[in-house]
Amino acid sequence: MSANPASRWGLRFLGLGYLTMLLLIPLVMIFYKTFEEGIGPPLDAVTSPDGLHALKLSLLMVVIAVPLNTVFGIGCALLLVRHKSKLNPVIDAVINLPFAVSPVVIGLSLYLLYGTGGWFAFLGEEGIKILFSVPGMVLASIFVSLPFVVRETVPVLQEIGTDQEQAGQTLGANAWQTFRKITLPSIRWGVAYGVVLTTARVLGEFGAVTIVSGSINGETQTLPLFVEKQYANFNSTGAYGASLVLALLALITLFAMNLLKRKEDA
Amino acid sequence: MEAHPANLPAPSQHRAGIRLPGLGVGFGGGMVMLYLSLMVLLPLAAVASEAFSLGLGHFWEQVTSPLAKKSLELTVICSLIVVVVNGFFGTILAWLLVRDKFPGKSIINAVIDLPFALPTIVASLILLTLYGADSPLGIDLAFTRTAIVVALCFVTLPFVVRAVQPLLLEMDREMEAAAASLGAGNFTIFRRIIFPNLLPGLAAGVALAFARALGEFGSVLLFAGGNPDTTVSSVFIRNQVESGNEVGAAAVSVVLLAASLLLLASVSLIQRWAIRHDRGGTDFLPTVAPDAAGGPK
Repeated sequence: MSANPASRWGLRFLGLGYLTMLLLIPLVMIFYKTFEEGIGPPLDAVTSPDGLHALKLSLLMVVIAVPLNTVFGIGCALLLVRHKSKLNPVIDAVINLPFAVSPVVIGLSLYLLYGTGGWFAFLGEEGIKILFSVPGMVLASIFVSLPFVVRETVPVLQEIGTDQEQAGQTLGANAWQTFRKITLPSIRWGVAYGVVLTTARVLGEFGAVTIVSGSINGETQTLPLFVEKQYANFNSTGAYGASLVLALLALITLFAMNLLKRKEDA
Repeated sequence: MEAHPANLPAPSQHRAGIRLPGLGVGFGGGMVMLYLSLMVLLPLAAVASEAFSLGLGHFWEQVTSPLAKKSLELTVICSLIVVVVNGFFGTILAWLLVRDKFPGKSIINAVIDLPFALPTIVASLILLTLYGADSPLGIDLAFTRTAIVVALCFVTLPFVVRAVQPLLLEMDREMEAAAASLGAGNFTIFRRIIFPNLLPGLAAGVALAFARALGEFGSVLLFAGGNPDTTVSSVFIRNQVESGNEVGAAAVSVVLLAASLLLLASVSLIQRWAIRHDRGGTDFLPTVAPDAAGGPK
């Protein structure tokens, strides 16, 4: 369809206008609002003890949840693509659940499982605190970000096929050597793409972590929870400052996604 | 008329001949199931168990209590509106990104994914600033139902664009040229040729966006708040947890969960239908549906 100039401009106006009002202006607003009163106040808020603690805790979530979901993701993708099993449709369906389930429901599910009267409540009685502390928040982060590496690795594995792997095995490579020298290098950009998405999701998760953390200042607050608390306490400068940090991380994510997309296509 | 590669190579469908990696398949499969059960299935089972812990009658009472019912209705209606709006604008944006040329196109293409990368609470704060009481544009939507729709439009925008875009890229433009040479106008070409070809992607994107909208929490929280008229189901669940009504929270969660499962199932059906349609006759279906359910791509 070669749109005539009038309808082409009409479509541009509609599409880009919508995008501008919904995405572009809000993005610019974050920067403008944060520095409205100079660089001092937002910087103070973000570098306050609570702010720094929130940043550290967010990074801790990434350091624990991302490697676990990456190892799981690669293993699960190999299983789904390279091995026919009756379990595959089940695994395939369960993998997608975290995409479709509300973060609040995910938070509630952990709250009920580990809370008083839950099936795993005995852990608390043994002195292993899950809820309202870091382990619960890690579990929430793992849950919400579980599908990304699997989903990004599966199509790449399907595409590369098994010719090279078979050649390697014919030449006497064992399964681990084949994986390390042939499979992993061919899927690395897909995996990396998944890792970027996982990291972004973990950094930004709010709903699930809210329910299990209790959002205690300086204790169980990640950056997104810090944003909400600051806003609720009428410290909007602090909220914007932390938001800007998160927005910058989001922009880095977008940049990384595009870079990896290009590498993957190349 | 700009030249575009009409056909991208379709991903090849190799079947596995060998076993990878070193761990036994049984062991690997066991580990995968264990991880999934511990991290996902057991927690969700705990919700279902809690919801029905006081019997089916009590579950139904909780779901149909005035506030719960109101929140569910509000959530569904807002999500439906959002899906229609984003279905419309998302298709236009996908068309612009594939068929049009304008300066800054690659930046626009990258920015589409922003809602996937930006934390929802930040989205909520920014939308509140832009369309709240101190709006620099003079548009105050804060704490209204419109605010819910705007917030949900923001977070679900990429779904439709990213589902329609690849289909538009792969579409055979000769069909359109043929139709045009036979005298079909632009609207006819769109309605009779382009739209039917985009339909599977559009449907899958819409279903995923709908699932996301039904459960969305963070982006709605600050912007639309939780006054009696703007309490969506996720906020309602949070409120029930805070006031100690865990059964009520779990009951509404089960309704949302069931909706998620239905939507996921419909996405995979759409996908299978599309694959079969494209490959007419081959029964070479992969056991794993390729990406479309895979969220951001």
